[in-house]
Amino acid sequence: MSNKICVVIGASHAGVNFAFSLRREGWEGKIILFDSDPEMPYHRPPLSKAYLSAEDNSELDLLFPEQNYKSENISLQLGKTVSEINKEEKTITLSNGETQSYDKLVLAIGARPFVPPINGIKTASNLFPMRTFADTVNIQNAIKNSVEKRVVIIGGGYIGLETAASLKKTGAKVVVLEREERVLERVTAPEMSEFFNKLHQENGVDLLTNKNVVSIKTSEGKNEVVCDDNTSYKADLIVVGVGIKVNTELAEKAGVEIENGIKVDSSAKTSDANIYAIGDCTYHFNPHYNRFIRLESVQNAVDQAKVAASAICGNEVVYYAIPWFWSDQYDVKLQMVGLSQGYNDVIQRLELDNDKCQSVWYFKDDELLAVDAVNNGKAYVLGGRFIKGKQEIDKEKLKDTSIPIKPASFLK
Amino acid sequence: MAKITFVTQANETITVEGNSGNVMELAVQNKIKGIDGNCGGVCSCATCHVHVEPEHWNKTGAPSAMESDMLEFDEKVSDHSRLSCQMKVTEELDGVVLKVAN
Repeated sequence: MSNKICVVIGASHAGVNFAFSLRREGWEGKIILFDSDPEMPYHRPPLSKAYLSAEDNSELDLLFPEQNYKSENISLQLGKTVSEINKEEKTITLSNGETQSYDKLVLAIGARPFVPPINGIKTASNLFPMRTFADTVNIQNAIKNSVEKRVVIIGGGYIGLETAASLKKTGAKVVVLEREERVLERVTAPEMSEFFNKLHQENGVDLLTNKNVVSIKTSEGKNEVVCDDNTSYKADLIVVGVGIKVNTELAEKAGVEIENGIKVDSSAKTSDANIYAIGDCTYHFNPHYNRFIRLESVQNAVDQAKVAASAICGNEVVYYAIPWFWSDQYDVKLQMVGLSQGYNDVIQRLELDNDKCQSVWYFKDDELLAVDAVNNGKAYVLGGRFIKGKQEIDKEKLKDTSIPIKPASFLK
Repeated sequence: MAKITFVTQANETITVEGNSGNVMELAVQNKIKGIDGNCGGVCSCATCHVHVEPEHWNKTGAPSAMESDMLEFDEKVSDHSRLSCQMKVTEELDGVVLKVAN
Protein backbone atom coordinates (compact mmCIF):
# COMPACT_ATOMS: atom_id res chain seq x y z
CA MET A 1 0.00 0.00 0.00
CA SER A 2 2.86 2.37 0.81
CA ASN A 3 3.73 3.13 -2.81
CA LYS A 4 0.19 4.15 -3.67
CA ILE A 5 -0.59 7.74 -4.57
CA CYS A 6 -3.66 9.75 -3.63
CA VAL A 7 -3.95 13.01 -5.53
CA VAL A 8 -6.32 15.71 -4.26
CA ILE A 9 -7.35 18.63 -6.47
CA GLY A 10 -8.39 21.60 -4.35
CA ALA A 11 -6.83 22.54 -1.00
CA SER A 12 -9.62 24.28 0.85
CA HIS A 13 -11.85 22.95 3.66
CA ALA A 14 -12.78 19.72 1.85
CA GLY A 15 -9.42 18.84 0.29
CA VAL A 16 -7.29 19.65 3.33
CA ASN A 17 -9.55 17.92 5.84
CA PHE A 18 -9.65 14.94 3.52
CA ALA A 19 -5.84 14.73 3.41
CA PHE A 20 -5.50 14.73 7.22
CA SER A 21 -8.42 12.31 7.60
CA LEU A 22 -6.86 9.94 5.08
CA ARG A 23 -3.66 9.79 7.14
CA ARG A 24 -5.68 9.24 10.30
CA GLU A 25 -7.48 6.36 8.58
CA GLY A 26 -4.11 4.73 7.98
CA TRP A 27 -3.23 5.52 4.35
CA GLU A 28 0.51 4.94 4.08
CA GLY A 29 1.04 6.06 0.51
CA LYS A 30 1.69 9.49 -0.88
CA ILE A 31 -0.86 12.30 -0.54
CA ILE A 32 -0.43 15.19 -2.96
CA LEU A 33 -2.67 18.26 -2.77
CA PHE A 34 -2.91 20.73 -5.67
CA ASP A 35 -4.53 24.17 -5.63
CA SER A 36 -4.23 27.18 -7.89
CA ASP A 37 -4.53 29.49 -4.86
CA PRO A 38 -0.94 30.27 -3.77
CA GLU A 39 -1.82 30.88 -0.09
CA MET A 40 -1.44 28.31 2.66
CA PRO A 41 -4.95 26.75 2.98
CA TYR A 42 -7.15 29.00 5.10
CA HIS A 43 -10.57 29.23 6.72
CA ARG A 44 -12.84 30.75 4.11
CA PRO A 45 -15.98 31.81 6.09
CA PRO A 46 -14.20 34.48 8.19
CA LEU A 47 -13.07 36.32 5.03
CA SER A 48 -16.40 38.09 4.51
CA LYS A 49 -17.02 38.34 8.25
CA ALA A 50 -14.47 39.41 10.88
CA TYR A 51 -11.54 39.41 8.47
CA LEU A 52 -12.80 42.08 6.09
CA SER A 53 -13.29 44.63 8.86
CA ALA A 54 -10.23 43.78 10.94
CA GLU A 55 -7.44 46.35 11.08
CA ASP A 56 -4.55 43.94 11.00
CA ASN A 57 -5.00 41.30 8.31
CA SER A 58 -1.42 40.24 7.95
CA GLU A 59 -2.17 36.80 9.33
CA LEU A 60 -4.57 34.46 7.60
CA ASP A 61 -6.61 32.05 9.64
CA LEU A 62 -4.93 28.81 8.53
CA LEU A 63 -6.79 25.49 8.49
CA PHE A 64 -3.65 23.77 9.82
CA PRO A 65 -0.19 25.14 10.59
CA GLU A 66 2.45 24.47 7.94
CA GLN A 67 4.38 22.01 10.09
CA ASN A 68 1.37 19.68 10.28
CA TYR A 69 1.53 19.03 6.52
CA LYS A 70 5.20 18.14 6.94
CA SER A 71 4.67 15.90 9.95
CA GLU A 72 1.81 14.07 8.21
CA ASN A 73 3.83 13.83 5.00
CA ILE A 74 1.20 15.64 2.93
CA SER A 75 2.68 17.30 -0.12
CA LEU A 76 1.14 20.75 -0.73
CA GLN A 77 1.46 21.93 -4.31
CA LEU A 78 0.14 25.49 -4.16
CA GLY A 79 -0.21 27.90 -7.05
CA LYS A 80 -0.55 24.94 -9.42
CA THR A 81 -3.56 24.50 -11.65
CA VAL A 82 -4.71 21.10 -12.83
CA SER A 83 -5.93 21.34 -16.42
CA GLU A 84 -6.78 17.76 -17.30
CA ILE A 85 -7.65 14.35 -15.89
CA ASN A 86 -7.02 11.15 -17.81
CA LYS A 87 -9.03 8.52 -15.96
CA GLU A 88 -7.99 5.64 -18.21
CA GLU A 89 -4.28 6.22 -17.59
CA LYS A 90 -4.95 7.52 -14.08
CA THR A 91 -2.95 10.71 -14.51
CA ILE A 92 -3.54 14.41 -14.14
CA THR A 93 -1.87 17.16 -16.18
CA LEU A 94 -1.00 20.59 -14.81
CA SER A 95 -1.27 23.81 -16.80
CA ASN A 96 2.55 23.88 -16.97
CA GLY A 97 2.49 20.51 -18.78
CA GLU A 98 3.73 18.34 -15.89
CA THR A 99 1.87 15.12 -15.24
CA GLN A 100 1.22 13.18 -12.05
CA SER A 101 -0.11 9.66 -11.76
CA TYR A 102 -2.60 8.55 -9.13
CA ASP A 103 -4.21 5.46 -7.68
CA LYS A 104 -7.05 7.44 -6.12
CA LEU A 105 -8.08 10.92 -7.18
CA VAL A 106 -10.20 13.25 -5.05
CA LEU A 107 -11.94 16.25 -6.58
CA ALA A 108 -12.43 19.03 -4.03
CA ILE A 109 -12.69 21.68 -6.70
CA GLY A 110 -15.55 23.68 -5.23
CA ALA A 111 -17.17 26.52 -7.05
CA ARG A 112 -16.39 29.98 -8.34
CA PRO A 113 -18.39 33.21 -8.11
CA PHE A 114 -21.04 33.53 -10.80
CA VAL A 115 -20.49 36.58 -12.97
CA PRO A 116 -23.92 37.83 -14.05
CA PRO A 117 -24.44 39.02 -17.62
CA ILE A 118 -24.57 42.76 -16.85
CA ASN A 119 -23.55 45.26 -19.52
CA GLY A 120 -20.19 46.78 -18.65
CA ILE A 121 -19.36 44.33 -15.86
CA LYS A 122 -16.04 43.40 -17.48
CA THR A 123 -14.84 46.98 -17.80
CA ALA A 124 -16.03 48.19 -14.38
CA SER A 125 -13.44 49.66 -12.04
CA ASN A 126 -12.72 47.97 -8.70
CA LEU A 127 -15.30 45.23 -9.16
CA PHE A 128 -14.60 42.06 -7.20
CA PRO A 129 -16.25 38.85 -6.04
CA MET A 130 -15.82 37.72 -2.41
CA ARG A 131 -14.51 34.19 -2.16
CA THR A 132 -10.73 34.10 -1.80
CA PHE A 133 -8.03 35.78 0.25
CA ALA A 134 -6.98 37.67 -2.89
CA ASP A 135 -10.51 39.08 -3.15
CA THR A 136 -10.31 40.50 0.39
CA VAL A 137 -6.96 42.13 -0.38
CA ASN A 138 -8.39 43.72 -3.54
CA ILE A 139 -11.48 44.94 -1.70
CA GLN A 140 -9.50 46.39 1.18
CA ASN A 141 -7.05 48.14 -1.12
CA ALA A 142 -9.89 49.66 -3.11
CA ILE A 143 -11.44 51.00 0.10
CA LYS A 144 -8.12 52.39 1.33
CA ASN A 145 -7.45 54.15 -1.97
CA SER A 146 -10.91 55.64 -2.20
CA VAL A 147 -11.76 59.06 -0.77
CA GLU A 148 -15.52 58.72 -0.77
CA LYS A 149 -15.64 54.97 -0.05
CA ARG A 150 -18.93 54.38 -1.82
CA VAL A 151 -19.59 50.65 -2.05
CA VAL A 152 -22.32 49.01 -4.09
CA ILE A 153 -22.94 45.34 -3.36
CA ILE A 154 -24.86 43.44 -6.01
CA GLY A 155 -26.80 40.62 -4.33
CA GLY A 156 -28.48 40.39 -0.92
CA GLY A 157 -27.54 36.84 -0.04
CA TYR A 158 -25.26 35.81 2.84
CA ILE A 159 -22.06 36.88 1.08
CA GLY A 160 -23.52 40.26 0.14
CA LEU A 161 -24.95 40.94 3.59
CA GLU A 162 -21.84 39.81 5.47
CA THR A 163 -19.66 41.93 3.21
CA ALA A 164 -22.00 44.90 3.71
CA ALA A 165 -21.80 44.58 7.51
CA SER A 166 -18.01 44.19 7.48
CA LEU A 167 -17.37 47.12 5.14
CA LYS A 168 -19.81 49.35 7.03
CA LYS A 169 -17.68 48.79 10.13
CA THR A 170 -14.66 50.18 8.27
CA GLY A 171 -16.51 53.44 7.58
CA ALA A 172 -17.63 52.80 4.00
CA LYS A 173 -20.98 53.98 2.61
CA VAL A 174 -22.72 50.79 1.60
CA VAL A 175 -25.64 50.16 -0.73
CA VAL A 176 -26.94 46.62 -1.31
CA LEU A 177 -28.96 45.97 -4.48
CA GLU A 178 -31.13 42.85 -4.36
CA ARG A 179 -33.07 41.71 -7.41
CA GLU A 180 -35.83 39.87 -5.52
CA GLU A 181 -38.45 41.51 -3.33
CA ARG A 182 -36.60 40.59 -0.13
CA VAL A 183 -33.03 39.72 0.93
CA LEU A 184 -32.08 36.06 1.52
CA GLU A 185 -35.15 35.17 -0.53
CA ARG A 186 -33.73 31.86 -1.72
CA VAL A 187 -32.69 30.59 1.71
CA THR A 188 -34.97 31.94 4.45
CA ALA A 189 -38.56 32.72 5.38
CA PRO A 190 -39.88 36.30 5.05
CA GLU A 191 -39.64 36.71 8.86
CA MET A 192 -35.86 36.21 8.68
CA SER A 193 -35.48 38.51 5.65
CA GLU A 194 -37.33 41.23 7.54
CA PHE A 195 -35.08 40.80 10.57
CA PHE A 196 -31.94 41.25 8.48
CA ASN A 197 -33.47 44.08 6.50
CA LYS A 198 -34.09 45.99 9.73
CA LEU A 199 -30.68 45.10 11.16
CA HIS A 200 -28.86 46.53 8.15
CA GLN A 201 -31.01 49.65 7.95
CA GLU A 202 -30.36 50.30 11.66
CA ASN A 203 -26.67 50.01 11.03
CA GLY A 204 -26.78 52.54 8.21
CA VAL A 205 -26.57 50.21 5.21
CA ASP A 206 -28.88 51.16 2.38
CA LEU A 207 -30.54 47.86 1.58
CA LEU A 208 -32.70 48.05 -1.54
CA THR A 209 -34.86 45.30 -3.02
CA ASN A 210 -36.50 44.82 -6.42
CA LYS A 211 -33.31 46.26 -7.89
CA ASN A 212 -32.34 44.45 -11.05
CA VAL A 213 -28.93 45.70 -12.17
CA VAL A 214 -28.78 45.99 -15.95
CA SER A 215 -25.59 47.92 -16.62
CA ILE A 216 -22.48 49.45 -15.12
CA LYS A 217 -21.14 52.64 -16.67
CA THR A 218 -17.53 53.42 -15.91
CA SER A 219 -15.44 56.42 -16.72
CA GLU A 220 -12.15 57.55 -15.17
CA GLY A 221 -12.37 54.86 -12.53
CA LYS A 222 -15.84 55.92 -11.32
CA ASN A 223 -18.75 53.50 -11.68
CA GLU A 224 -22.43 54.08 -11.97
CA VAL A 225 -24.57 51.01 -11.37
CA VAL A 226 -27.85 51.23 -13.28
CA CYS A 227 -31.03 49.26 -12.48
CA ASP A 228 -33.98 48.42 -14.74
CA ASP A 229 -36.20 50.93 -12.89
CA ASN A 230 -33.80 53.64 -14.15
CA THR A 231 -32.30 54.32 -10.73
CA SER A 232 -28.51 54.46 -10.54
CA TYR A 233 -25.90 54.32 -7.80
CA LYS A 234 -22.36 55.71 -7.82
CA ALA A 235 -19.67 53.27 -6.72
CA ASP A 236 -15.96 53.47 -6.04
CA LEU A 237 -16.04 49.75 -5.30
CA ILE A 238 -18.49 47.07 -6.46
CA VAL A 239 -18.75 43.66 -4.82
CA VAL A 240 -20.69 40.99 -6.69
CA GLY A 241 -22.32 38.24 -4.60
CA VAL A 242 -25.02 36.65 -6.72
CA GLY A 243 -24.22 33.01 -6.20
CA ILE A 244 -21.74 30.49 -7.52
CA LYS A 245 -21.06 28.26 -10.46
CA VAL A 246 -19.83 24.76 -9.66
CA ASN A 247 -16.43 23.86 -11.04
CA THR A 248 -17.53 20.81 -13.02
CA GLU A 249 -15.58 21.35 -16.25
CA LEU A 250 -12.47 19.38 -15.28
CA ALA A 251 -14.54 16.36 -14.30
CA GLU A 252 -16.94 16.68 -17.21
CA LYS A 253 -14.08 16.77 -19.71
CA ALA A 254 -12.69 13.61 -18.13
CA GLY A 255 -16.00 11.81 -18.62
CA VAL A 256 -17.15 11.73 -14.98
CA GLU A 257 -20.92 11.87 -14.53
CA ILE A 258 -22.26 15.38 -13.93
CA GLU A 259 -25.70 16.28 -12.65
CA ASN A 260 -26.10 19.68 -10.99
CA GLY A 261 -22.50 19.20 -9.84
CA ILE A 262 -20.29 16.13 -9.70
CA LYS A 263 -22.59 13.23 -8.93
CA VAL A 264 -21.36 10.99 -6.11
CA ASP A 265 -22.70 7.98 -4.23
CA SER A 266 -23.12 7.70 -0.46
CA SER A 267 -19.38 7.10 -0.04
CA ALA A 268 -18.49 10.21 -2.12
CA LYS A 269 -17.40 8.08 -5.09
CA THR A 270 -18.05 9.40 -8.59
CA SER A 271 -19.05 7.33 -11.63
CA ASP A 272 -15.35 6.33 -11.86
CA ALA A 273 -14.24 3.80 -9.23
CA ASN A 274 -10.93 5.58 -8.63
CA ILE A 275 -12.27 9.13 -8.46
CA TYR A 276 -14.04 10.65 -5.46
CA ALA A 277 -15.53 14.11 -5.10
CA ILE A 278 -16.24 16.11 -1.91
CA GLY A 279 -17.54 19.48 -0.79
CA ASP A 280 -19.30 22.28 -2.68
CA CYS A 281 -18.82 20.63 -6.09
CA THR A 282 -20.80 17.47 -5.31
CA TYR A 283 -24.37 16.50 -6.02
CA HIS A 284 -25.07 13.89 -3.37
CA PHE A 285 -27.92 12.04 -1.71
CA ASN A 286 -29.12 13.16 1.70
CA PRO A 287 -30.88 10.19 3.37
CA HIS A 288 -32.65 12.32 5.97
CA TYR A 289 -34.37 14.53 3.41
CA ASN A 290 -34.52 11.66 0.91
CA ARG A 291 -33.28 13.62 -2.08
CA PHE A 292 -30.13 14.62 -3.97
CA ILE A 293 -28.71 17.98 -2.91
CA ARG A 294 -25.76 20.28 -3.44
CA LEU A 295 -24.49 22.31 -0.49
CA GLU A 296 -22.16 25.24 -0.08
CA SER A 297 -20.92 24.80 3.45
CA VAL A 298 -18.02 23.97 5.72
CA GLN A 299 -20.04 21.22 7.39
CA ASN A 300 -20.57 19.38 4.13
CA ALA A 301 -16.95 19.88 3.06
CA VAL A 302 -15.51 18.47 6.29
CA ASP A 303 -18.02 15.65 6.80
CA GLN A 304 -17.87 14.44 3.20
CA ALA A 305 -14.07 14.58 3.40
CA LYS A 306 -14.13 12.18 6.36
CA VAL A 307 -16.50 9.82 4.52
CA ALA A 308 -14.31 9.76 1.40
CA ALA A 309 -11.14 9.15 3.47
CA SER A 310 -12.75 6.28 5.29
CA ALA A 311 -14.13 4.76 2.07
CA ILE A 312 -10.78 4.95 0.30
CA CYS A 313 -9.20 3.10 3.22
CA GLY A 314 -11.66 0.27 2.67
CA ASN A 315 -14.34 0.98 5.24
CA GLU A 316 -18.06 0.79 4.55
CA VAL A 317 -19.42 4.26 5.14
CA VAL A 318 -22.58 6.15 4.31
CA TYR A 319 -22.73 9.93 4.34
CA TYR A 320 -25.57 10.92 6.66
CA ALA A 321 -25.63 14.44 8.03
CA ILE A 322 -28.08 17.16 8.92
CA PRO A 323 -26.60 20.25 7.23
CA TRP A 324 -25.70 23.29 9.33
CA PHE A 325 -24.53 26.79 8.50
CA TRP A 326 -23.75 30.06 10.23
CA SER A 327 -23.48 33.75 9.44
CA ASP A 328 -22.12 36.66 11.51
CA GLN A 329 -23.36 40.17 10.80
CA TYR A 330 -22.68 43.08 13.19
CA ASP A 331 -23.28 41.63 16.68
CA VAL A 332 -25.74 39.04 15.38
CA LYS A 333 -24.92 35.37 15.20
CA LEU A 334 -27.22 33.43 12.89
CA GLN A 335 -27.06 29.65 13.11
CA MET A 336 -29.04 27.41 10.80
CA VAL A 337 -29.65 23.70 10.93
CA GLY A 338 -31.52 21.54 8.45
CA LEU A 339 -32.87 22.28 4.99
CA SER A 340 -36.02 24.39 4.81
CA GLN A 341 -36.88 23.78 1.15
CA GLY A 342 -40.43 22.51 0.79
CA TYR A 343 -41.74 24.04 4.02
CA ASN A 344 -45.41 25.01 4.28
CA ASP A 345 -45.55 26.31 7.84
CA VAL A 346 -43.29 28.62 9.84
CA ILE A 347 -43.23 29.37 13.54
CA GLN A 348 -41.32 32.41 14.71
CA ARG A 349 -40.33 32.60 18.37
CA LEU A 350 -39.28 35.93 19.86
CA GLU A 351 -37.81 35.15 23.27
CA LEU A 352 -39.40 37.20 26.03
CA ASP A 353 -36.29 37.75 28.10
CA ASN A 354 -34.07 38.94 25.24
CA ASP A 355 -35.28 40.89 22.22
CA LYS A 356 -32.08 40.11 20.31
CA CYS A 357 -32.80 36.41 20.58
CA GLN A 358 -35.21 34.71 18.20
CA SER A 359 -35.72 31.65 16.03
CA VAL A 360 -37.69 30.54 12.99
CA TRP A 361 -38.85 26.91 12.80
CA TYR A 362 -39.70 25.49 9.36
CA PHE A 363 -42.23 22.69 9.06
CA LYS A 364 -43.65 20.58 6.28
CA ASP A 365 -46.98 19.70 7.86
CA ASP A 366 -45.89 18.20 11.20
CA GLU A 367 -42.29 17.45 10.25
CA LEU A 368 -39.65 19.90 11.46
CA LEU A 369 -37.33 20.58 8.50
CA ALA A 370 -35.03 23.35 9.68
CA VAL A 371 -34.36 26.04 12.29
CA ASP A 372 -32.81 29.47 11.84
CA ALA A 373 -31.61 30.79 15.20
CA VAL A 374 -30.60 34.38 15.85
CA ASN A 375 -28.35 34.76 18.91
CA ASN A 376 -30.03 31.65 20.15
CA GLY A 377 -27.69 28.70 20.51
CA LYS A 378 -30.32 26.78 22.47
CA ALA A 379 -32.83 26.85 19.62
CA TYR A 380 -30.08 25.86 17.20
CA VAL A 381 -28.81 22.88 19.18
CA LEU A 382 -32.24 21.66 20.22
CA GLY A 383 -33.65 22.17 16.70
CA GLY A 384 -30.86 20.03 15.31
CA ARG A 385 -31.63 17.29 17.83
CA PHE A 386 -35.34 17.36 17.02
CA ILE A 387 -34.70 17.19 13.28
CA LYS A 388 -32.22 14.33 13.59
CA GLY A 389 -34.54 12.37 15.88
CA LYS A 390 -37.61 13.13 13.73
CA GLN A 391 -39.32 14.26 16.92
CA GLU A 392 -42.96 15.18 16.80
CA ILE A 393 -43.38 18.73 18.01
CA ASP A 394 -46.34 20.42 19.64
CA LYS A 395 -46.55 23.58 17.57
CA GLU A 396 -48.86 25.37 20.02
CA LYS A 397 -46.31 24.96 22.80
CA LEU A 398 -43.50 26.06 20.49
CA LYS A 399 -45.43 29.23 19.65
CA ASP A 400 -45.93 30.00 23.35
CA THR A 401 -42.89 32.03 24.39
CA SER A 402 -43.86 31.79 28.05
CA ILE A 403 -42.59 28.22 27.73
CA PRO A 404 -38.77 28.35 27.77
CA ILE A 405 -36.69 26.40 25.25
CA LYS A 406 -35.93 23.07 26.93
CA PRO A 407 -35.60 19.54 25.52
CA ALA A 408 -38.97 18.34 26.82
CA SER A 409 -40.90 21.59 26.39
CA PHE A 410 -42.26 21.08 22.91
CA LEU A 411 -42.61 17.35 22.57
CA LYS A 412 -46.02 15.85 21.98
CA MET B 1 3.76 29.22 28.49
CA ALA B 2 1.08 26.75 29.57
CA LYS B 3 1.15 22.97 29.63
CA ILE B 4 -2.24 21.57 28.72
CA THR B 5 -3.21 17.90 28.85
CA PHE B 6 -5.85 16.40 26.58
CA VAL B 7 -7.45 13.03 27.23
CA THR B 8 -9.18 11.63 24.16
CA GLN B 9 -12.16 9.29 23.95
CA ALA B 10 -9.69 6.44 23.31
CA ASN B 11 -8.03 7.38 26.63
CA GLU B 12 -4.88 8.68 25.02
CA THR B 13 -3.21 11.32 27.18
CA ILE B 14 -1.34 14.03 25.32
CA THR B 15 0.35 16.98 27.00
CA VAL B 16 1.27 19.96 24.84
CA GLU B 17 2.66 23.43 25.38
CA GLY B 18 1.29 26.68 24.06
CA ASN B 19 1.63 30.39 24.65
CA SER B 20 -0.85 32.06 22.33
CA GLY B 21 -4.14 31.62 20.51
CA ASN B 22 -6.95 29.49 21.87
CA VAL B 23 -7.08 25.94 23.18
CA MET B 24 -8.94 24.60 20.12
CA GLU B 25 -6.17 25.85 17.82
CA LEU B 26 -3.55 24.29 20.07
CA ALA B 27 -5.43 20.97 19.94
CA VAL B 28 -5.76 21.06 16.14
CA GLN B 29 -2.05 21.84 15.77
CA ASN B 30 -1.31 18.80 17.88
CA LYS B 31 -3.78 16.52 16.10
CA ILE B 32 -5.93 15.85 19.16
CA LYS B 33 -8.62 13.45 17.98
CA GLY B 34 -12.15 14.71 18.55
CA ILE B 35 -11.35 18.41 18.36
CA ASP B 36 -12.09 19.69 14.87
CA GLY B 37 -12.81 23.41 15.23
CA ASN B 38 -14.73 23.42 11.98
CA CYS B 39 -16.00 27.00 12.30
CA GLY B 40 -12.52 28.37 12.89
CA GLY B 41 -13.15 29.34 16.51
CA VAL B 42 -16.23 31.56 16.45
CA CYS B 43 -18.46 29.53 18.78
CA SER B 44 -20.69 28.32 15.96
CA CYS B 45 -20.17 24.59 15.54
CA ALA B 46 -19.41 22.97 18.94
CA THR B 47 -16.84 20.62 17.36
CA CYS B 48 -14.27 21.48 20.06
CA HIS B 49 -16.20 20.43 23.17
CA VAL B 50 -14.12 19.44 26.23
CA HIS B 51 -14.84 18.47 29.83
CA VAL B 52 -12.58 20.29 32.26
CA GLU B 53 -11.32 18.22 35.19
CA PRO B 54 -13.47 19.51 38.08
CA GLU B 55 -10.47 20.49 40.22
CA HIS B 56 -9.25 22.71 37.33
CA TRP B 57 -12.58 24.52 36.84
CA ASN B 58 -11.22 27.59 38.64
CA LYS B 59 -8.38 27.80 36.09
CA THR B 60 -10.66 27.83 33.06
CA GLY B 61 -13.68 29.59 34.48
CA ALA B 62 -17.27 29.14 33.36
CA PRO B 63 -18.50 29.54 29.78
CA SER B 64 -19.96 32.78 28.45
CA ALA B 65 -23.72 33.05 27.87
CA MET B 66 -23.40 32.32 24.13
CA GLU B 67 -21.13 29.38 24.79
CA SER B 68 -23.36 27.86 27.47
CA ASP B 69 -26.36 28.18 25.12
CA MET B 70 -24.47 26.01 22.64
CA LEU B 71 -23.54 23.51 25.34
CA GLU B 72 -26.70 23.28 27.43
CA PHE B 73 -28.56 20.84 25.17
CA ASP B 74 -25.54 19.07 23.74
CA GLU B 75 -25.86 15.31 24.19
CA LYS B 76 -22.42 15.16 25.83
CA VAL B 77 -22.76 18.13 28.18
CA SER B 78 -21.42 17.91 31.75
CA ASP B 79 -21.19 20.36 34.65
CA HIS B 80 -17.70 21.24 33.46
CA SER B 81 -18.20 21.56 29.72
CA ARG B 82 -16.43 24.22 27.68
CA LEU B 83 -15.91 24.95 24.01
CA SER B 84 -12.14 25.00 23.74
CA CYS B 85 -12.15 27.71 21.04
CA GLN B 86 -13.49 30.09 23.69
CA MET B 87 -10.55 29.45 26.05
CA LYS B 88 -7.41 31.54 25.52
CA VAL B 89 -4.07 29.86 26.08
CA THR B 90 -2.64 31.77 29.03
CA GLU B 91 -0.39 30.88 31.96
CA GLU B 92 -3.45 30.51 34.13
CA LEU B 93 -4.29 27.35 32.18
CA ASP B 94 -0.94 25.75 33.05
CA GLY B 95 -1.47 22.19 34.25
CA VAL B 96 -5.10 21.95 33.20
CA VAL B 97 -6.53 18.57 32.11
CA LEU B 98 -9.25 18.53 29.44
CA LYS B 99 -11.25 15.47 28.44
CA VAL B 100 -12.30 15.57 24.79
CA ALA B 101 -16.08 15.13 24.63
CA ASN B 102 -16.34 13.54 21.17
